[in-house]
Amino acid sequence: METRNKKRKFNDAYLFALPYFLVFFFFVVLLIFISVILSLTYYDTINFPTWVGIQNYITLFTTDSDFMQYALPTTIKYALIIGPGGYIISFFMAWVLAQISHKLRTVMAIVLYSPSLTSGVLMAVIWKVVFSGDTRGYLNYFLLNIGFINEPVQWLQDTNMIFGIMIFVGLWSSMSVGFLAMLSGILNVDKDLYEAAYVDGMKNRWQEVFYITIPSMKPQMLFGAVMAVVGTFNAAGLAVALTGSYPPPQLAGWLIVDHMNDYGFARYEMGYASAVSVVLLSMVMFFYYVSHQLFGEKKIR
Amino acid sequence: MKYRKVDQAPLTKTEKIRRRLLKKAKRKYRKFQGIRINPPYFHLSQMKFVLLALPMLIITMLPIIYIISHAFKPLAELYAYPPKIFASRLTLDNFRNLALAASQTGVPFVRYLFNSIVSTSLTIVLSLLIGSLAAYSFSFLKYKFKKPLFALNQLAIMIVPVAIAVPRFIMMSSLGLTNNMLSHIIPLLAMPVGVFLTKQFMDQVPRELYEAAKIDGANNWQIYSKVVLPLVKPALVTVMILAFQASWNNAETSSLYVNDEALKTLPYYFSTLTLGTSAIAAQGMAAVASLIIFVPNIVLFILLQKNVMNTMAYSGIK
Repeated sequence: METRNKKRKFNDAYLFALPYFLVFFFFVVLLIFISVILSLTYYDTINFPTWVGIQNYITLFTTDSDFMQYALPTTIKYALIIGPGGYIISFFMAWVLAQISHKLRTVMAIVLYSPSLTSGVLMAVIWKVVFSGDTRGYLNYFLLNIGFINEPVQWLQDTNMIFGIMIFVGLWSSMSVGFLAMLSGILNVDKDLYEAAYVDGMKNRWQEVFYITIPSMKPQMLFGAVMAVVGTFNAAGLAVALTGSYPPPQLAGWLIVDHMNDYGFARYEMGYASAVSVVLLSMVMFFYYVSHQLFGEKKIR
Repeated sequence: MKYRKVDQAPLTKTEKIRRRLLKKAKRKYRKFQGIRINPPYFHLSQMKFVLLALPMLIITMLPIIYIISHAFKPLAELYAYPPKIFASRLTLDNFRNLALAASQTGVPFVRYLFNSIVSTSLTIVLSLLIGSLAAYSFSFLKYKFKKPLFALNQLAIMIVPVAIAVPRFIMMSSLGLTNNMLSHIIPLLAMPVGVFLTKQFMDQVPRELYEAAKIDGANNWQIYSKVVLPLVKPALVTVMILAFQASWNNAETSSLYVNDEALKTLPYYFSTLTLGTSAIAAQGMAAVASLIIFVPNIVLFILLQKNVMNTMAYSGIK
């Protein structure tokens, strides 16, 4: 009887987990394996992949100047600004909002969260008008009016500006699910902790934040960090959508994701595109590792 | 204030006491200088925080306001000089143009809308079902490889669909998932973040309930559907919102995996509008398009935000 029961329970659990993990396996895990394997081949989607070893990676890192000169540095720069930047803004906003009473806070949180309900690309229509290069563009009109500039700036054609605008759009939509998580993390910090700390001689808000708030919501901070990394991917295709030309002028704002999509879906060089995607995935893993080091629970040895 | 007093019945004694206590509590709160997290009442001292958040609020709000007003602007005002944020006269011209433009490509606008609605609702239902089943197994059941699978799932939160677009393309074509309605749905069903959030929320359900149901002779399916699911509604609602966003905003499937114009969805159709022409009329239409994509998202979130905040309390990764 005992063993039969055990066996039944065992089967049950697998049935519950199976449908999800079937999809998960086929559309996440297997895809990563395919990426890695295809990255070692030449594959044009018509002929059977031919083995080329690490040739794709060699090409990528030595002769592909578009990748080394534009995609890689732009992505690193973008990720280093938007990742921590968006994260800090999210935390700061969450902290500020946590100190406002419930109703007003809810309204403010909805407003701050609203940009991440759409993708930057879909909202490109707005940015196109705001940063329009003629005098009718909102920003140009405003700056001309206050006398800051004398003639309209070609925001979306100037290669230096495009990156700045992407950063702006990225920060604009950086208050995502991670922001909500951190907000609710701050709200749920045990109030007694603060009280006790003040009794113990805590003096100001800085100490409050660094000694009480952040340490007691580390799990939420980590979730927020993960979401911040996820959020940086929203910028895929943003430069193209903003400038309206493919590829954007002088590859301004060209990210690794764009490079990958370009090789994959415009040139159908799937092997090479896979190599790019492996590089991208390893960067993501690196960020995951870093954020885990910062906020993860330290294992006791 | 004065008007209300006239037709108000005199306060009952208990009500009077209640109000006095409330006042006292408010006064006490104002006096307390230490902790201001999650204050129970609004007080002028909170104004400085409102002011701190104000610049960001304006930046996040303006584009939304702009897109709403742009959608209702008459053609003549779209490119007026000086540019105005608010339209002087509201019209539905842009909406009409959008509907007409759609019919010129041979596929009516309504068809895209229909496809979007069908694929989004199916995605939501199916991903909720399989996701909550998996979360239930993570939270309540015991089986081999549970821990590594959960760790893998947690890691996969980071692996955004965009980053594995190339192998997915190969997977989709080798599974024959191109050019049909299923191509919109199946790749979106694996939502690691959804499973993660649901599992975390399920962990809050008292184990005693599970044990009690088990003793009463309920099987796992019954416990899952009758006991656990009703208790984790906030998490399910949150996942629903996330699934909605993933599917409703998704233009990628239509452009990569679907050739048949009649099977494509709204965001794809809208992206062709924005990228294609730069004519003035297209600007207005694009604004309407963004509005159509945006409004259901925000309405859903506003209606259900309480659930989301509730779920987020357990979102921490350890």
